[in-house]
Amino acid sequence: MTRSTRKSWFEATARTRIAGLLDAGSFCEIMPPAESQPSPHLAQLDLPGAFDDGVVIGCGQIEKRPVFVAAQEGQFMGGAVGEIHGAKMVGLLRRAVEEKPAAVVLLIDSGGVRLHEANAGLIAISEIMRAVLDARAAGLPVIALVGGSCGAFGGMGIVAKLCSAIVISEEGRLALSGPEVIETVAGVEEFDARDRALVWRVTGGKHRYLMGDCAALVEDDIPAFRAGAAELLAAWREPEPGIAQLRARQKMLEDRLAAYGDFRDGLQVWAALGVAQPETVPSIDRDSLVALKEGLPT
Amino acid sequence: MNLNDILDSLFPTGHTVSLVNHVITGEAMTAQGKVAVLGTTDAAAIDHAMALALSGFILDTVEKHPGRPLIFMVDTSGQALSRSQELLCLNGSLAHLASCVDLARRQGHRSLSLVTANAVSGGFLSFGLMTDCTYALSDAQVRVMDLRAMSRVTKIAHERLVALAGNSPTFAPGAENYVRMGGIEAIWPAPSAALLERALASVACPPDDRRMQKALERGGRNMAADIAARVQNAKVGT
Repeated sequence: MTRSTRKSWFEATARTRIAGLLDAGSFCEIMPPAESQPSPHLAQLDLPGAFDDGVVIGCGQIEKRPVFVAAQEGQFMGGAVGEIHGAKMVGLLRRAVEEKPAAVVLLIDSGGVRLHEANAGLIAISEIMRAVLDARAAGLPVIALVGGSCGAFGGMGIVAKLCSAIVISEEGRLALSGPEVIETVAGVEEFDARDRALVWRVTGGKHRYLMGDCAALVEDDIPAFRAGAAELLAAWREPEPGIAQLRARQKMLEDRLAAYGDFRDGLQVWAALGVAQPETVPSIDRDSLVALKEGLPT
Repeated sequence: MNLNDILDSLFPTGHTVSLVNHVITGEAMTAQGKVAVLGTTDAAAIDHAMALALSGFILDTVEKHPGRPLIFMVDTSGQALSRSQELLCLNGSLAHLASCVDLARRQGHRSLSLVTANAVSGGFLSFGLMTDCTYALSDAQVRVMDLRAMSRVTKIAHERLVALAGNSPTFAPGAENYVRMGGIEAIWPAPSAALLERALASVACPPDDRRMQKALERGGRNMAADIAARVQNAKVGT
């Protein structure tokens, strides 16, 4: 596929992503803009609001499977979570526990807490975290799709990693603190936020996929995200929360920290993972990278 | 107030707690029996090692001491800010820690946290805000970001933020604001065994997340509960 024929997920709005993710015509929005209100907290600061408060929620189908979706709009306030935005996501996850769709799909495109309503946003993210875990404990897979211009950062980076699985594109970024924040606090020698290649080697989709932090890597293409989500859902069995899985994850994380804890660049990690020519990783296409990962020693 | 004084006040009949790399783990006696004591101190910036030390201790407690309550001491300045930490997906280790607190709850362990000094963003999210109930000492600092940094990021004048902070609990730092917003149950004037016992006894079973309702009752977040309920009850065309 050439770049020119792709329908970029990265550049699309939340509504365009939903339209392309779900079966044609199946989306039904919950609390559409006409039934909602912009954030009064932003109005108090003389900032423009949005009637959907930067997140579009509803239900629809992916290859005939009923799903609930929440799509953050990165082009409004960086997709950041405020009081209304967060409450819509929590309400959707709680509704899913009652109605039991096949899955909840979170289209994450967010820097995390909306600073203009920081306390409300932080508590809302905590509520989303609890609601995601409640949905999963009720047997519902919660799938995160990460490929928007704002990535999945801050509290939304934590939420993404609480999901059953993450589908990410090469352009997608997943981390906790943004490189700009680290540069501001710790200095440019710690993290040069303007070095885009470095930022992608540390937080980008290929790195997260190679390390196993994301289940699937897809092209920056709306149909590719749809296919990736559909493929995951078709095979997914949500396990009951139990100590065995968390013990296994604890060991994996401890081993990884012991092995790679001193590294500061994806190139070092990829070499240690057994990639013969790590310097080629940034330039190879998606299919080649997936083949490369599948050939790595386990 | 130093950690030992706080622990002596909370657990006058005894505690055995070790402190390694800013991480507290141990146990203490209360009138309701033994409790696990864990958390962080000295405004710890939470990194992979600290998150995994806490999550490992929670898993040990779930395995060896079924039902033993978990009492978290929270003193964190947020997450560690470094490239090597992000390289290994720090949000993943914090999510793992949050999952362990959540698993303990599902396995019947009551949990509560006490903010002893600082509670900031990612560090607070990963364990302090994951427990059944969160409390704070009266001089605790609770925030996402201080107002000067917030002014820089949002490009809103600092004086304006200070003026608005006086009457809005929504963005200004402060434990009282988190009480009004439902994130903190109550502020304790001083650490006290009686307050701890009462808090532990008051944990509802099953412990639902009622922070939105509390925020509404306290006039902190006036919209969240209504919006979540409207989303849950909205009629959706077939």
